[in-house]
Amino acid sequence: MDAVLDNLDVFVEGFTSTVSLTLLAAVGALLLGTLIAAMRVSPVPPLRWAGAAYVHLVRNTPLTVVFFLVFFGLPEVDVKLPFFRFAVLALSLYTAAFVAEAVRSGINSVAAGQAEASRSIGMTFFQTLRLVVLPQAFANIVPPLASIFIALLKNTSIASAFFTFEGIQAMNRLIAANGDAVIAIILAAAAGYLALALLASAAFGQLERVVRVGR
Amino acid sequence: MSEPLVVLSGVNKHFGALHVLKDIDLSVARGEVVVVIGPSGSGKSTLCRTINRLETIDTGTITIDGVPIPAEGKQLAELRSKVGMVFQSFNLFAHKTVLQNVTLGPVKVKGVKKGAAETRGRELLERVGIASQADKYPAQLSGGQQQRVAIARALAMDPMVMLFDEPTSALDPEMINEVLDVMTSLAKTGMTMIVVTHEMGFARRAADRVVFMDHGQIVEQGTPEAFFSAPESDRAKDFLSKILSH
Repeated sequence: MDAVLDNLDVFVEGFTSTVSLTLLAAVGALLLGTLIAAMRVSPVPPLRWAGAAYVHLVRNTPLTVVFFLVFFGLPEVDVKLPFFRFAVLALSLYTAAFVAEAVRSGINSVAAGQAEASRSIGMTFFQTLRLVVLPQAFANIVPPLASIFIALLKNTSIASAFFTFEGIQAMNRLIAANGDAVIAIILAAAAGYLALALLASAAFGQLERVVRVGR
Repeated sequence: MSEPLVVLSGVNKHFGALHVLKDIDLSVARGEVVVVIGPSGSGKSTLCRTINRLETIDTGTITIDGVPIPAEGKQLAELRSKVGMVFQSFNLFAHKTVLQNVTLGPVKVKGVKKGAAETRGRELLERVGIASQADKYPAQLSGGQQQRVAIARALAMDPMVMLFDEPTSALDPEMINEVLDVMTSLAKTGMTMIVVTHEMGFARRAADRVVFMDHGQIVEQGTPEAFFSAPESDRAKDFLSKILSH
């Protein structure tokens, strides 16, 4: 127990990095995922195919493989970034596939008449999507997005194997230095993820109540 | 006699094997109020929806103000901004207030300043009798109120023509008249209107011409007096005897 309490600063530093990875990748996944969902419902067939191909390829690839491709593939084509940014990129690309499907289900849940009314007053496809359909779609998909982003929080642990200091690397470092307190350290790391996940759940619960207003 | 505002010629449409519009020829003059009636499944709603291309057609042409309806894209959006549409199920934007429903199009499509759009929006809401509900959400309004907002939303775009696709069919009986009153006063202002409806009273009162459809065809058309007092076709006689007998 002392091994955990005495090294709390290491955990704080590690989980701060975990939170940064999660938040940055969540923003990236939300933007890319929404774009892919928009492609999948667009009137342009090649865009629909590209969107579907992305979802099927990325969703069915292990996250570890995505990490390998980003960390070792991108430098091959002269894309070189700090490891932390590579990790954000890998997590964003992977999570975007799941976000895209959640957003698409949200779009499908908005009554067809809403888009028809929007087009009837002269709004273009993108205006209709941005101003009428997506705002209502997002209100409908807060619960699945919460699950996706909690999964993302835990998925950031893969970055520990790719030169990125975060919660799991903090744990490993403490285990290496305190061989007599392994279980306590592992449980402390687990408690860190649990606390962050519960915090995220609470935040999404609040968001769900906010978007219900006016409906 | 100026050229007609809306012209459909030789329009055909299929839904799969079903031939829903058969060789439709129809022209609507500026300021004319045309009421389209007919049994369910006769193609009258589809006809209405082809005029702003919510439904595509297989063959034939539709022109509005002399211009053929463009294919998908910016030009189609521009044309739709000049063709008002009122739906059976209102379709108000559920996440926007009543006032925002009326100002969204002018601001985003026509580039009107927000303040000016709101002033005009409140005027239109006043005109349809719901100015006091401007800050409520659609779900807080009755069906009749929602439909009047939908009419105001369409009018806010200053359309050349207004299409009504069974505007009162989803309403409780006691709310039908408040919507029909708004439509009747709109007709008196000289608005060009194409109205698909089952409201024979409205057709008698407000229509310049009644178009009777059955099985995807225009069976007959004429003035309301002529059509309701002496229909020519057996199909129209049969239809009228069923709906006017009680």
